[in-house]
Amino acid sequence: MTEPVIRLAGLNKAFGALVVTDTVSLDVRPGEIHALIGPNGAGKTTLIHQIAGTLTPDSGTITIGGQDMTAASPQARSRAGLARTFQITSIIPSLSVEANVALAVQAHCAHPLSFFRTAATDDTLNGPARAALERVGLIERRSMRAGALSHGEKRALEIAMALALEPRAILFDEPMAGVSREESGRIVDLLASLKGRYAMLLVEHDMEAVFSLADRVSVLVYGRIIASGTADEVRTNPEVKTAYIGEDA
Amino acid sequence: MSGAPPPALSPRLNRLAPLVIFALLALAPLVAHALGAGHWVSLLTRVMILAIAALSLDLILGLGGMVSFGHAAFVGIGAYMAGILVHEGIGDLLVTVPVVLVCCAFYGAFTGAISLRTQGVAFIMITLAFGQMAYFFAQALYRYGGDDGLTLNARSTLAGFAVLNNKLVFFYIVLAVLVASFLLIRGLAGSRFGRALTGCRDNATRMASLGYDVLRIRLTAFVISGMIAGVAGILLANHTEFVSPAYIAWQRSGEFIFMVIIGGLGSLWGAIAGAAAFLLIEEGLSGVTEHWKAIFGPLIILFVLFTRGGIAGFVARLTNRNGGGHD
Ligand SMILES: Nc1ncnc2c1ncn2[C@@H]1O[C@H](COP(=O)(O)OP(=O)(O)O)[C@@H](O)[C@H]1O
Ligand SMILES: [Mg+2]
Repeated sequence: MTEPVIRLAGLNKAFGALVVTDTVSLDVRPGEIHALIGPNGAGKTTLIHQIAGTLTPDSGTITIGGQDMTAASPQARSRAGLARTFQITSIIPSLSVEANVALAVQAHCAHPLSFFRTAATDDTLNGPARAALERVGLIERRSMRAGALSHGEKRALEIAMALALEPRAILFDEPMAGVSREESGRIVDLLASLKGRYAMLLVEHDMEAVFSLADRVSVLVYGRIIASGTADEVRTNPEVKTAYIGEDA
Repeated sequence: MSGAPPPALSPRLNRLAPLVIFALLALAPLVAHALGAGHWVSLLTRVMILAIAALSLDLILGLGGMVSFGHAAFVGIGAYMAGILVHEGIGDLLVTVPVVLVCCAFYGAFTGAISLRTQGVAFIMITLAFGQMAYFFAQALYRYGGDDGLTLNARSTLAGFAVLNNKLVFFYIVLAVLVASFLLIRGLAGSRFGRALTGCRDNATRMASLGYDVLRIRLTAFVISGMIAGVAGILLANHTEFVSPAYIAWQRSGEFIFMVIIGGLGSLWGAIAGAAAFLLIEEGLSGVTEHWKAIFGPLIILFVLFTRGGIAGFVARLTNRNGGGHD
């Protein structure tokens, strides 16, 4: 089979006495959606932070695109083809919607910090930015201040920024959290349309969405992966039922 | 940064306002001459010099979100180097300007590399501490007057010519430097670099996850800002024909911050208006009463509390009245 884009091996992380990541091994293959579910406080966001480089694991290794990136900075991981969305929406509020995405395009172009190139009218930035906005359905909002978008639109903007990086892998941390039913339906459709193009790790609470989207599902409880497999395997796993799904129902 | 955003400045206002400001300044000496108010030329020269410093601060404070409380140190380095070089008999701008740019770049790179690892109040305190270190260093320069400061026995020359001695020529040189600084910083603000700097101000975590080196972006802006402030310092020393540690005192850094806030953070032309308002009100009040600081302080606080977006925001609201664009 093809090499996984992201591979975690024996990852551990503790905050003082609280173990939040407990010998976690997991991989995400090209084009698949690997969903990570688990109750609140299980350590899902902390795991995303470690993959993205905003937190360092205590031990274990993180490999991205075949390179050991365990100690690499978030910038280096981004350059290696990793993009992410945040559980708490994270955008540049004072810039326009288009400028937010253009900033993502700019990050990986030839002269990202040029003093001499005007940013606002640069079609090498705005072209790809508009294409990404088109894909997430925000093209009509492109001149608006990003801070003035609705919550659901901000989530879509985050996804557009991730896509504009032309990544190999994307980490989604609860992309539908706090979003209206209608908007979350649109995000599910969007994620489904991305299948096959990117290696995606999806942290999500909405079970219906997870089981409809994911190729594989891993269940994290108290920092440990207690089950991993296809959606059907995980859904029928008795341990998962008691630890998580049963409790949810 | 928190709170409601200040009123957006329309592109038209941002084009017109600087033109109006620079046109008024260009005509000011003629008007002053006609009215027989020659001392206004000197006052406005001072206004423009400090406006250059405020403008340079707006690059990091307004656009970059870095509340540097040590900006006066850069002005001080420029002023002292200008004074010292004159004192040592090599006070030509062809020497002074490169020396000051290099000194300010090094000082900015060194202090920035340390202070920019922190944020918020810690950043304010560290820049303040570096500013105070520069202040005490200047006090210890006994060869150059120590505490008492250094009186320049002549102004800097330009390629051997004493052009700065003519009040009017000096005025227009300062105006030219102000316009150049404005165009430079506005160009930076609109560049890819400027957009990335805004991104780092709003959301550094997001910028890092997009692959940007946040520290490098901030440090670059910090150094450029300091170099421009250094040029303001050269002009200041030549204008007053005197330099002293007071140029570097933390109160001076505070005044620059006030100018930028009064003008409207990040608006650039607002910083020029802010410097003008600050100095003209100071001048007016100090003519009325010697306790002017007791009036000026509360006035500034009221102004900051009740006008979002400073002078630039105020003008934007005035000109937006009849059918301006909203978002
Ligand atoms: N920086 C931190 N310091 C200490 N504890 C933390 C920190 N971040 C998260 N935690 C704790 O780690 C546990 C896992 O958090 P998190 O990864 O956010 O869970 P999830 O995303 O699965 O809901 C929680 O108990 C949380 O309180
Ligand atoms: Mg979480």
